[in-house]
Amino acid sequence: MTAERSIDREFEPRLALRKRLGTFFGLLSAAAIVIGLTTLGVLIADVVRDGWHVLSWDFLTSFPSRRPEQAGIRSALVGTLYLLVLVAIIAFPLGVAAALYLEEFAPKNRLTAIIEVNISNLAAVPSIVYGLLGLGVFVRTFMLGRSLIAGALTLSLLVLPIIIIAAREALRAVPPSIREAGLALGASRWQTVRHFVLPAALPGILTGTILALARAIGETAPLITIGALTYVAFTPKSIFDPFTVLPIQIFNWISRPQPAFHERAAGGIIVLLVVLLVFNGLAIFLRARLQRRIRY
Amino acid sequence: MLTGTQRVDRIRQARESLILSLLFLAALVSIATTIGIIYTLAIETFHFFQRVSVVDFLTDTQWTPLFTDKHFGIWPLLTATLVVSAIAMLVALPLGLLAAIGLSEYASPRLATIVKPILEILAGVPTVVYGYFALLFVTPLLKRFIPQLEVFNALSAGLVMGIMILPLVASLSEDAMRAVPQSLREAAYALGATKLEVVWRVVVPSSLSGIVAAFILAVSRAIGETMIVAIAAGQIPRFTLNPLVAMETMTAYIVQVSLGDTPHGTLEYQTIFAVGTTLFVITMALNLLSYRFLQRFREVYE
Repeated sequence: MTAERSIDREFEPRLALRKRLGTFFGLLSAAAIVIGLTTLGVLIADVVRDGWHVLSWDFLTSFPSRRPEQAGIRSALVGTLYLLVLVAIIAFPLGVAAALYLEEFAPKNRLTAIIEVNISNLAAVPSIVYGLLGLGVFVRTFMLGRSLIAGALTLSLLVLPIIIIAAREALRAVPPSIREAGLALGASRWQTVRHFVLPAALPGILTGTILALARAIGETAPLITIGALTYVAFTPKSIFDPFTVLPIQIFNWISRPQPAFHERAAGGIIVLLVVLLVFNGLAIFLRARLQRRIRY
Repeated sequence: MLTGTQRVDRIRQARESLILSLLFLAALVSIATTIGIIYTLAIETFHFFQRVSVVDFLTDTQWTPLFTDKHFGIWPLLTATLVVSAIAMLVALPLGLLAAIGLSEYASPRLATIVKPILEILAGVPTVVYGYFALLFVTPLLKRFIPQLEVFNALSAGLVMGIMILPLVASLSEDAMRAVPQSLREAAYALGATKLEVVWRVVVPSSLSGIVAAFILAVSRAIGETMIVAIAAGQIPRFTLNPLVAMETMTAYIVQVSLGDTPHGTLEYQTIFAVGTTLFVITMALNLLSYRFLQRFREVYE
């Protein structure tokens, strides 16, 4: 009895203090979010302030130049576009096929487990390491040189894990009843996947692929490593031609000492961010459509 | 004699197994990629170590492969990488964890669904843009308060990198916290705990392996980040821990050499693979460690 009483005496709830601490902490966590959002706002404002006045039709259609007032992003924009198309052609089918295998067909064995761990590891390998891979394998061993196709292959390997992970998630969201219905009607496993599962998962797969392509558009380091040129005053005629892309052009202008080139870099960044905004908008639009149309 | 249906069945089966093997081959591309990375790095690193001793590489404190007096000590690049990453983690880990707690425990679901995608835009901004921001906005701003700050320095690069990594930490930690069953929170509330106590004594400890996994992955991301440091931290391999001066990280060195015209087979060409191997080994170890933690946290609640 005495022990209980002494506990009673010593225990003070101090509820007011504890609640105040809680409120303070809530404000602290809100502050963390606000710091992130503010930085994003300041970054965009800074770039727009520095670069909006260089934006013009000439800026988009001129080649880079040693004179900043004439320098434009034509070759970079065209290079980014070509690279984007090539990466989509290479990485999309490969990624979807790998996801289909792992999600719909793979037996539960050691090899499958290794492939899965491997993919999640590859997603976290620094992008510059992919650049070294591209330099060693595509540029040297396959002798593709510093060409568009070498860059596209390198970036395809880089975004492949992202596409596979997104496609698997989309496939997993298709309920098993769909598959069972297909099989019950006498369709083979592949027919079920091809005609029922894949169409149902496609919007989700496309959303993931678009986000992966957005990542490819912004990549700089692996392309520098494989030796993409920083000064290109022509547009590539074939996939074996040298090329440059928007982020590399921006990097090139940032590295120069003259402030006039820094303004060009800011202008290039605005264009790059607008392109990315379009891609992300497309992904959000697709996702919204998917949520509205398909209900199981 | 096969009947018509049987023949159709045979054809169908043959087609199915062909398709299945094609899908399997696509899945194997990821294994081939890993093998390709390891093979490429290993073979050039092997050539490198035929010319430079491993002991020099690991003990020399000078890195001057591009000068006449050549030294091949990895330490200046390693310390620079660590200094920048440490600064980035000082920003990203506390802010990321706080943001995750705010989003998962304090914010209404409505607010969280609005704020989260905006916060994740930060992770989608190309790193070259962060480099611009660090060099031409953050450094001039900091120079007002720290006059001795050099034009290229580890501090701005690290701070900006921290902001870039914040959404990664926030998003992964929040996922871990959301996986904590509601009943645990309710039990704590029923015992008279306040919200803060529920967060720190129940939610965070229960999701700790997920949070640790997020932290480790953040460190790995910081070590491998390239463009911010290549632009804003400079290209002088210095053996120093002073964040106010220019230094060169492992990734920045690879960029510096790649920008020049280094012929295949030269020592300069091989150095970037030796540095790349170091980078790959460190990040791979961190990624595997993070994966381990994540597996543990999944086992608990599934």
